[in-house]
Amino acid sequence: MKSLNVRSKLLLLCIATVFITACQTGSDEIIEDSTTIDGVDQSQLEGLDGSIDGADSDLIALEDGSDGSAIAFGDEGSAQAMLDKADSVISSRVIYFQFDSAKISEESLSTLEAHGSFIASNGNVSVRLEGHSDERGSREYNIALGDRRAQSVRRVLLFQGASVDQLETISYGEEKPAMSGHTDDAWSKNRRVELVYQVN
Amino acid sequence: MNRLVKILILQPFLMLAFSPLNAALTIEISEGTVGALPIAVVPFDTSKLSSKLSADIAQIVTNDLNRSGVLTVLSRKSLPAVPHYSRQVKYPAWRAAGQDYLVVGRVLEKSPGQYDIQFQLLDVLKQKQLIGYSLQTKKRKLRSSAHEISDLIYQKITGIRGAFNTRIAYIRAQRNQGRKYILQVADTDGFNAQTVLESDEPLMSPSWSPDGQSLAYVSFENRRPEIFIQHLSTAKRSKISGFKGINSAPSWSPNGEFLALVLSKDGGPDIYLMNVETKRLTRLTRHRGIDTEPVWSGDGQSIIFTSDRSGSPQIYEVAATGGKPRRITFEGRYNSAASVSPDGKYIALVYGEAGQYKIAQLERDTGNLTVLTDSSLDESPSFSPNGKMVLYASTRGDNGVLYVVSVDGRGKHKLSDQTGDIREPVWGPYKRQQ
Repeated sequence: MKSLNVRSKLLLLCIATVFITACQTGSDEIIEDSTTIDGVDQSQLEGLDGSIDGADSDLIALEDGSDGSAIAFGDEGSAQAMLDKADSVISSRVIYFQFDSAKISEESLSTLEAHGSFIASNGNVSVRLEGHSDERGSREYNIALGDRRAQSVRRVLLFQGASVDQLETISYGEEKPAMSGHTDDAWSKNRRVELVYQVN
Repeated sequence: MNRLVKILILQPFLMLAFSPLNAALTIEISEGTVGALPIAVVPFDTSKLSSKLSADIAQIVTNDLNRSGVLTVLSRKSLPAVPHYSRQVKYPAWRAAGQDYLVVGRVLEKSPGQYDIQFQLLDVLKQKQLIGYSLQTKKRKLRSSAHEISDLIYQKITGIRGAFNTRIAYIRAQRNQGRKYILQVADTDGFNAQTVLESDEPLMSPSWSPDGQSLAYVSFENRRPEIFIQHLSTAKRSKISGFKGINSAPSWSPNGEFLALVLSKDGGPDIYLMNVETKRLTRLTRHRGIDTEPVWSGDGQSIIFTSDRSGSPQIYEVAATGGKPRRITFEGRYNSAASVSPDGKYIALVYGEAGQYKIAQLERDTGNLTVLTDSSLDESPSFSPNGKMVLYASTRGDNGVLYVVSVDGRGKHKLSDQTGDIREPVWGPYKRQQ
């Protein structure tokens, strides 16, 4: 129950970060997608606007209080060695999504938290977030949908402390399916964001 | 030219070409056409030629007319006679065969490779000639001349300009050794395919310039989506949009001055207009949802696009000068990828309901939506320049295939081939009058 609360807090803070980023770029747009902020209206976002410093300290508290899977990457050898390790949380590099959705599942959130902490503590790695969709619907809409998924993943990684310079997003829409075929199985494997690491 | 060379050196996986491809698409008749007008097209006389003709003119015309959905051509096996001149026609036999119209013709050789195709369209009931033409042509233009004949016949019978002698563009994907994406143009029957561009990375969303001389398209050759314009006959190309984020869905304005496109540089995907000359950008929509797939109304006054601002993808319209977008589809959970008919009265779109994606046609005046197709993964509808047919992509097995359906939904024909996965067809404009 506690971890759930922490999760929802994390999500809200994430939104606050996004809102502030939007303000900083001078845009009057909120760079956000509707699937992750269901039920959060703009007044709530503005309410969080002033408390970003507090958010940072909350984040540290969260890491300290978590089960440890998401932290302590920096000390265990080179970033490359960590990435090559077969059984670590960050060996899982594909995040899957529901149809026409960019919402990150609870399970994927744990994985992404681990990635985010790893990226944050290894300034020499960069990650390309490649968003994809299944084949249904129109191709250009699917480009936008893949982008929305990549942006969802990016927000979680940024919140975990990854820097903007380390992350790049791209959407391939339905152009590069992981699995061919017109089945539910193929479609569920194709609605994804792939994390492609590079050690610099 | 410099730019071209540079691209070739920097991008070894990218091949620029405009070469004929031998693998021709073939037409299969998928559905009979009920209520179409009966017409017989007799094989043209080629007996006076020094060598065999490389194209069967009457067969090309037959396929064109059948594809229109308006006419149904008598099979060759059922022809009661084989006349080549109107004076040889015995009308009662054609009336007995149930035909309203009859086409006869012959090919004469003026000099080697230079031909004179003569044909006559006859009204079987009135027993008189409706039109008769002599077309001067050469070997490599035989197919084009045959499509011109189809256009003349179609126009005489229906009163509507024919669109057979035009071109289509599409993307062909190949999965032999790794993936290849090929942008091609072909005749409207799928023959005469020519490669415009080949790449190891995705190519998407071709859009014809209104003069039919250039294509705009999206290429991932630099591992991110960017928009290019390429002149077809010179192969000269230039990148016109490479902003951070999405650069996608280009659509040429009817006067050729602007491209509507999708950029995410300022937030979520939004619609922008770019002046093709000056590259100056105007932002048309600003919404945190997805705005994409812009296309122009026939008069260039407004932009029709897809947005999920209401919760699921629907079609909206916004003035080309900006303003508040207005939703125009209300039936079904998923409506996207609009194509506007040249007269602006209809919108073809992808209509999704219960997990099935079909091509439908929206009548602007009444708001009536008519579903034109009956498979489950149809996409990318594109109107013919006369507004009477819709070209679209569907799937068969692992491959994408192209179909043409008449706007009344009666005639549906497949353009098929064995060598790839074909998608994103877009019908080009009328050729310029020569």
